[in-house]
Amino acid sequence: MTALDLTPAPGAAPFPRMVLAQAGAEIRAMLRNGEQLLLTLIIPVLLLTGFSLAPLIDVGAGPRVDFLTPGVLALAVMSTAFTGQAIATGFERRYGVLKRLGATPLTRGGLMMAKTAAVVGVEVIQAAVIVAVGLALGWRPQGSFLSAAVLIVLGTAAFSGLGLLMAGTLRAEATLAGANLVYLVLLGAGGVVFPLTKFPESVRPVLEALPISALTGGLRAVLAEGAALPLVPVAVLAAWAVLSLALVSRTFRWE
Amino acid sequence: MDSPAVEIVDLVKRYGGTTAVDGLSFRAGRGAVTAVLGPNGAGKTSTVEICEGFRKADGGTVKVLGLAPARPELRARVGVMLQAGGVPPAMRCAEWLRLVSRFYARPLDAGALLERLGLTGHARTPYRRLSGGQQQRLSLAAAVIGRPELVFLDEPTAGLDPQARHACWDLVGELRAAGVSVVLTTHHMDEAERLADHVVIIDRGRVVSEGSPASLTGAERQLRFRARPGLALEELLNALPVGSAAKESPAGHYIIEGQVGPELLATVTAWCAAEGVTADDLRIERRTLEDVFLELTGRELR
Repeated sequence: MTALDLTPAPGAAPFPRMVLAQAGAEIRAMLRNGEQLLLTLIIPVLLLTGFSLAPLIDVGAGPRVDFLTPGVLALAVMSTAFTGQAIATGFERRYGVLKRLGATPLTRGGLMMAKTAAVVGVEVIQAAVIVAVGLALGWRPQGSFLSAAVLIVLGTAAFSGLGLLMAGTLRAEATLAGANLVYLVLLGAGGVVFPLTKFPESVRPVLEALPISALTGGLRAVLAEGAALPLVPVAVLAAWAVLSLALVSRTFRWE
Repeated sequence: MDSPAVEIVDLVKRYGGTTAVDGLSFRAGRGAVTAVLGPNGAGKTSTVEICEGFRKADGGTVKVLGLAPARPELRARVGVMLQAGGVPPAMRCAEWLRLVSRFYARPLDAGALLERLGLTGHARTPYRRLSGGQQQRLSLAAAVIGRPELVFLDEPTAGLDPQARHACWDLVGELRAAGVSVVLTTHHMDEAERLADHVVIIDRGRVVSEGSPASLTGAERQLRFRARPGLALEELLNALPVGSAAKESPAGHYIIEGQVGPELLATVTAWCAAEGVTADDLRIERRTLEDVFLELTGRELR
């Protein structure tokens, strides 16, 4: 039998080590979960290849892949920051994982940083795959990489806020159903593959105020049209981020 | 280091209209094992979760290692085992323990701890596929891996088979020997009698009695035997010295209390012979915590 030295020697690990350890665990959990992979990688890649190769929808002038790749990048951000994070965090709350982690030296702030780092880590993997598939299909991106990155960071903040808002207030099953439903609705009505110009004039202002439309529209302006940082989408995403994260900090229940 | 491991004074906790903890007070000493014993719903978990900082008290004061339970510096000094759950279902056994170990400055070796608790063969098994007892042991491992000064164990042996229960008891003994303070809840009186330096018996949110197991059960001994139900005990009582007591509880189980010695034994066996009954399972023993609990509350412990 191994001798264990149980003599008290308490102490917290350095903060960055705790956050990195937790972020690594979260990334592994996301990549291991089949349903999550379906949402974060398989569906975006299928939509990108399918709609790029088959002339099923009218996306206006120019190669279809130039229109679709920015939309699918936005979808990837939504799938990880919103849908995946909402479902995972909702079940962590239900299974007492958030409670148990609260009894370790990892602070709640540290846990949130780890979750954010994990979401960004997975987004980097998604972006690499989607960009590679897009380029293989003949996508020629324009504009500044930095502007696209700013939009993606703001989109991540807005979708994380919305995802955590659901996860921290609803039952885990309700979060699971709701997050998938919202994903589907925003996939259809947020300019991901179907241009917003296909919708009636009367509903377009509502659709354009959605975070997904701001992200698809902004990324498309930069990557397809080579625009500088588009201010309206930036403002819409920032507003969603501030509003949702403020609500999260007031309503999130850890147990 | 002078402050007790846990000091609770007049603690009150309500959930809506129900009062779960109703003016409860006790101390848990440093380096000692304190067992909080009581039936389900007595307020054990509420009390422990207030000490762990998970819940807020509605009244009274709680100090853990001399500090308010919410103080962040306690997180590194206190180990926690929840009554259930707390681990992501898809997380592998060893992966969880390694993750928790990375939150501490000088953790125990996860592999050695798994081996110690008989979980090495399940290191790569996801939590949801572990048996209830294996899940309990993993939670126990996670509670001690950070080398805490104080450990809270909420029903650590619930659902464990006898072998795993002994492994858990051994570990608690080693923690105590290493100078770790342990506060555990249980509704098994044998667990409290065996492990604890100090037992706090609670019922309906209040402390009904506390002390060392020996002081609670007392030096008084009992004579117990089994025989056919409904024996007339009055005659026996007349033959016994004044101050003795005899009762049948439950039917067919007889308990004689008083100056238990050779004379009393002889009187009882003679009476049995006169009644024409054979006393089965005749034995002299101490009161158990279960008896104490029954006397104090009029209720069975389980």
